[in-house]
Amino acid sequence: MIEVRKLVKKFGGLTAVDNITFEVKQGQVLGFLGPNGAGKSTTMKIITGFIPPTSGTIIVGGKDVGEDSLGVRRQIGYLPENAPAYSEMNVREYLRFIAEVRGMRGAERNRAVERVVEITSLDEVLHRIIDNLSKGFKQRVCFAQAMIHDPPVLILDEPTDGLDPNQKHEMREVIRGMGQTKTIILSTHILEEMEAVCTRAIIIANGRLVVDGTPDELAAMSRHHNAVMVRTIRPQDGLEAQLREIKGVASVEREDGKDVDGKGNAPTTYAVFPQSAQVILPEVSRFLESKKIEFLEIFAERGRMDEVFRQVTLHEEHS
Amino acid sequence: MTLNRSNTPDSLMKSNFGPMLPIIKRELFSYFRSPVAYVFIIIFLISTTGTTWYLGNFYQSNEASLGIFFFFHPWLYLILISSVGMRLWAEDRRQGTIEILLTLPVPLYVAVLGKFLAAWLFIGIALLLTFPMILTTYYLGEPDGGIIFTGYVGSFLMGGAYLSISCFTSSLTKNQVISFITSFIICLVLVLLGWGVLTTSLVDFFPVWLSDLITQFSFTTHFNAIRRGEIDSRDVVYFLSIIGFMLLANILVLEHTKAS
Repeated sequence: MIEVRKLVKKFGGLTAVDNITFEVKQGQVLGFLGPNGAGKSTTMKIITGFIPPTSGTIIVGGKDVGEDSLGVRRQIGYLPENAPAYSEMNVREYLRFIAEVRGMRGAERNRAVERVVEITSLDEVLHRIIDNLSKGFKQRVCFAQAMIHDPPVLILDEPTDGLDPNQKHEMREVIRGMGQTKTIILSTHILEEMEAVCTRAIIIANGRLVVDGTPDELAAMSRHHNAVMVRTIRPQDGLEAQLREIKGVASVEREDGKDVDGKGNAPTTYAVFPQSAQVILPEVSRFLESKKIEFLEIFAERGRMDEVFRQVTLHEEHS
Repeated sequence: MTLNRSNTPDSLMKSNFGPMLPIIKRELFSYFRSPVAYVFIIIFLISTTGTTWYLGNFYQSNEASLGIFFFFHPWLYLILISSVGMRLWAEDRRQGTIEILLTLPVPLYVAVLGKFLAAWLFIGIALLLTFPMILTTYYLGEPDGGIIFTGYVGSFLMGGAYLSISCFTSSLTKNQVISFITSFIICLVLVLLGWGVLTTSLVDFFPVWLSDLITQFSFTTHFNAIRRGEIDSRDVVYFLSIIGFMLLANILVLEHTKAS
């Protein structure tokens, strides 16, 4: 549905987007991750036709942004960063205006407004001036605006920015629901959000695409992938060395906790790292069982996104 | 049996210019949503009639015409119209709505034209509200209705030219004050080029053909002709071409700087 090929954008001497290529299919929710200023927003602005690329091609629903910008824009719903809106209008007037500019009139327009108002739960503020709304409502007004024509493609630049945890959850549910049938690109720097909503993620750093994969694939890049975490009620003498002896274990790290009751009970976490990311949970748990070592919890890590994120973006920034 | 009309030039025109009306509506509506519109109209009426009566000594002139009324327009518009136009794009830039507007399926020229027409219409409304001046002249004497009419047409056309300049300066910045000052200065130069005091001294420095050419670029020269009751196509073309040129510049500026 969306094809981005060899996209380059230069602002003067600065290369904001450096040869990015990717593709998003219908039914996919693609997460754009990256440090601030990495080029996420710029890439989105180019896909929506707001700014022209320096070079490269973008095809949305079979139409080339460079040749048929209007045709592309008709298929896209766009939520820009900071959710701008004509703030002197009330919510209904504003949504009607967007519907009219998108070619809807009369009953069709009113139905479209009703539909998005329901999806984004805006009924209670329908007649309020946008300027007087809270950040959460403004964000939803902008989201409603993006969906007014029920577009096959949604481009959402930080859609949950400024929302409270409940609203964030609601917004993610809506996006996930839409993702079944639409093609969605969203940018975020909340890693947990990417895992919750996206079927695929791209990490951009310094304008370059450094990782492209499913959340699971990203997690697998983590040092903690398949590492077993064992938490004991207090430090155990010699446990580190013993754990290291287990077959398939590469290394063990101990993290001392705080003394909780002044009697030496400091919950301690042992991170058991496997060799070449193999599954070692059964071995470790069997070992603990055989030695009758009491533990508070034991689990295998899927991998730490923040670790992967730091790893790939910092590496990119230094190179 | 339904006709597939999607490829006819008519529907193509409709789809490209279709968003024009909602844009004009929204812009006009947003003027009246804020007190700015009412303040503007009141200042417009006070300044246009005030200058006529007090600076122009309308009553003592013993002349049943609106010549004095229109005489001050080029000067008043420097401030009045620059202040209408300054927010046009600067405000969209500041609010970020430019990113919404220009990613809707609207060609850039339709957006530019729509915003311009809305503001021009607004100025037209303010101009029409000066109608008590017409009534006064009819009450005091027997004015030439044709001259009054051409005066209004000329003033409206000239207002459009001022407005197109401030649209252009507004597209250059997100700062309304900068937009206002730049537009004020450009318009001031265009007014002064045809100002009597200046034109007579121009001849001392430049050959006649050059000083003539310079005066031909002035608002004042062309407006004075219309004001006298002669609608000459050259004057109309002058104002329309200023508008066209400035809107084109406006489009080009936005095309290149909309993201910054």
